[in-house]
Amino acid sequence: MIRVQRDDFDVGAEIARLTKGRHEIGGIVTFVGVVRDAAGADRIGAMTLEHYPGMTEKQLGEIEADARRRWKLEALLIVHRYGRLEPGERIVLVVTAAAHRQAAFEACEFLVDWLKTKAPFWKLEETDTGPRWVEAQSGDDEAAKRWVE
Amino acid sequence: MKLLYFAWLRAKIGTAEETVDVPAGITTVGHLLEWLKARGPRFADALQDASVVRVAVNQDYVPWDHPVQPGDEVALFPPVTGG
Repeated sequence: MIRVQRDDFDVGAEIARLTKGRHEIGGIVTFVGVVRDAAGADRIGAMTLEHYPGMTEKQLGEIEADARRRWKLEALLIVHRYGRLEPGERIVLVVTAAAHRQAAFEACEFLVDWLKTKAPFWKLEETDTGPRWVEAQSGDDEAAKRWVE
Repeated sequence: MKLLYFAWLRAKIGTAEETVDVPAGITTVGHLLEWLKARGPRFADALQDASVVRVAVNQDYVPWDHPVQPGDEVALFPPVTGG
């Protein structure tokens, strides 16, 4: 399941809703991305996440389908926020649930790597010297390439 | 053809969205980018380094040689930084 929203999410409530009554689940892995207060030597006062409505949902849906093809998952949730977020605020939630832990761990890492390189989001940081667009990290591309079959 | 611009490409070009009639002969993403660059200094500046421009046609990532046609939704944006 995919959600793109302005509002914050409650991690515990999301996991409870996703897995309620699903007693075939033996392991749940959660990734929560949050806003840092620094980028290198620069202090970050806040960041604004812009996205491409429509394409975001389409790409996240394709990433979800790919994860479900690769691993036997009982449940999967991606929630990605947009708008202005301050340090400490949650940006993204990825939850994977499976009968056994290995599939849940691997699928969660796969999903995070791919949404960093495929989901059409852009971050504008507010620094001491003014606003600045975050540049894509080559390390993110390398991380995603691990999963190319 | 509907054109969408995001992040610093939107800021440099000065608009988020426009509908354009592209001339006949503009049949690929590569043609379209060359045509856009010739539309004015803002476009030329925003699109001067093609290595930092990503293109989606109808909400799927495509390479430079991908076909475009009237009615397509074509989005131009920098490499993504989500997650």
